[in-house]
Amino acid sequence: MLRFSSRMLGKVLVVAEMVNGKASPATLSAITAASQIGPVTALVAGSNAKAAAEVMTKVQSVADVLATAGDHYDHGMPEEYAPLVDAAVRTHGYTHVFAGTSAFGKNVVPRAAALAGCMPIAEITGVKGEDTFVRQTYAGNAITTVKSKDKVKFCTVRGTAFERAAAEGGSAKVADLAALPPVKKSKFVEDKLTTSDKPDLTTAATVISGGRGMKSGENFKVLDELATLLHAAVGATRAVVDAGYVPNEMQVGQTGKTVAPNFYLACGISGAIQHVAGMKDSKVIAVVNTDEEAPFFQIADYGIVEDLFKVVPALTEKVKANGP
Amino acid sequence: MFRTLPNYLKVAVCVKRVVDYTVKVRVKDNKLQTANSKMSVNPFDEIAIEEAVQLKEKKLATEIVAVTIGNKKAEEVLRTAMALGCDKAVHVVVPDAAAEQVEPLAVAQILQKLHDDIKPDIWILGKQAVDGDFGCTAQLLAGLLGVPQGTFASKIEVKDNAVTVTREVDAGHQVVELTMPCVLAADLRLNTPRFPKLPNIMKARKKPIDTLEVAKLGVDIAPRLTTELVTEPEARKAGVKVKTVDDLYDKLHNEAKVL
Repeated sequence: MLRFSSRMLGKVLVVAEMVNGKASPATLSAITAASQIGPVTALVAGSNAKAAAEVMTKVQSVADVLATAGDHYDHGMPEEYAPLVDAAVRTHGYTHVFAGTSAFGKNVVPRAAALAGCMPIAEITGVKGEDTFVRQTYAGNAITTVKSKDKVKFCTVRGTAFERAAAEGGSAKVADLAALPPVKKSKFVEDKLTTSDKPDLTTAATVISGGRGMKSGENFKVLDELATLLHAAVGATRAVVDAGYVPNEMQVGQTGKTVAPNFYLACGISGAIQHVAGMKDSKVIAVVNTDEEAPFFQIADYGIVEDLFKVVPALTEKVKANGP
Repeated sequence: MFRTLPNYLKVAVCVKRVVDYTVKVRVKDNKLQTANSKMSVNPFDEIAIEEAVQLKEKKLATEIVAVTIGNKKAEEVLRTAMALGCDKAVHVVVPDAAAEQVEPLAVAQILQKLHDDIKPDIWILGKQAVDGDFGCTAQLLAGLLGVPQGTFASKIEVKDNAVTVTREVDAGHQVVELTMPCVLAADLRLNTPRFPKLPNIMKARKKPIDTLEVAKLGVDIAPRLTTELVTEPEARKAGVKVKTVDDLYDKLHNEAKVL
């Protein structure tokens, strides 16, 4: 990858998201993208900002950490976070504000951009210069290079497009950033999180997805078994999420999650534009579908016209016999 | 008579005319080929309209105003919105040449201006438009207005002057409570939009549309982002179809080395 850091004069604030005490994978990708522009400062805020800052100091490519203590920053409420980001930009003169493309980043960054009167740039997949970025439009059917005229560039970074910065090996300095008084126009009520022992969908090396051809939620067991063997994540199409077979956070596609694993196994999925938008950067794609006309076969490296309920268990057996 | 505020909610929905989601857009000569493509209401905006109509049906809202920003032809999405149950419509007309380049920030700034006139308690937008894929307008509007935002909403409950929103987040759902006015952004699972009925389509033709020229609003709609290059994504190499599961395993195991 080309490195511009020596030529670029940016100063980037990365709004960090912590998950279970660690920097989220999306944040680590955003740090890599940010490091191509200039020195990177990570912002952490919350009731345990001190511990979070400690974690962030060790992340590669992070030069400084800003820590803001205050329980109104817990749960990532944008009404509280955006003014804090805006204050950090005004006090420290950042030229760029980056965050990972997660529900948190997509919620906070545009709101902070509004406070600065800037036009946010969503889901960048490349950094061409300090004001020039690459992103996709029309469900990934067009790759667009845009140049921003704004004084501060507010971007969310597509995690699958940048390597994740190493979580160890860095040595950043920590500074305190004063908390702002709570805005209190919004209140966190509760998280209803789905617990899963499988790897995270957006970062898994292998993803096995099911579509309408799965016929029921119960049948996802067939995929689970192979996924467990391969240490793979299980994804789904909008159709099966809508049908209530599986929860929403498993949706891959234009409006769900974007994945780019080494291997994507699509089972009973036709390959609509909206689904393909979320996975077409996968390295190897295999498609199992009984319909030989399914559009998915056009982008598959390997395809088989066969019932997934025959193919997947047979693959599972073979993996068991030969080792993954 | 004593009346609590929620019975008098005014809802504004924002609708965008986009290339139909089923159309595969092509790129040619550094430009998107969208001329003569089938156009429709942005799918997420249909969900926003449906939610507003349901609030009215539950007698929580009294009036729904649909807003669009676009060229003359954008009027058709307002007719659709009114056929679905919106009461009034505002069309901010943008000259053809500039219409395709109106960015989310300019849209949010225009809506901010309209906010003073319409005075809605709740704005409902779609979570993203399927053309630009920015997913920013609701957040920008909420930020400009200084009001709370409920993005990626899959459930909305209005009670006692507060809006409880269930949001689709990375690991499941998050529930937040917002004061009004607020801005909500509809996610896919919020509802299933209805189809307009023929008599309602006829009636919608007679409903009023308030037309405003964008130039009179005092918002600078010049794009902040200039497009330097548009290309098609790299085509993938043609793959192979295998006949048996054994072949598939062999290819994945020995050739691709992913199993």
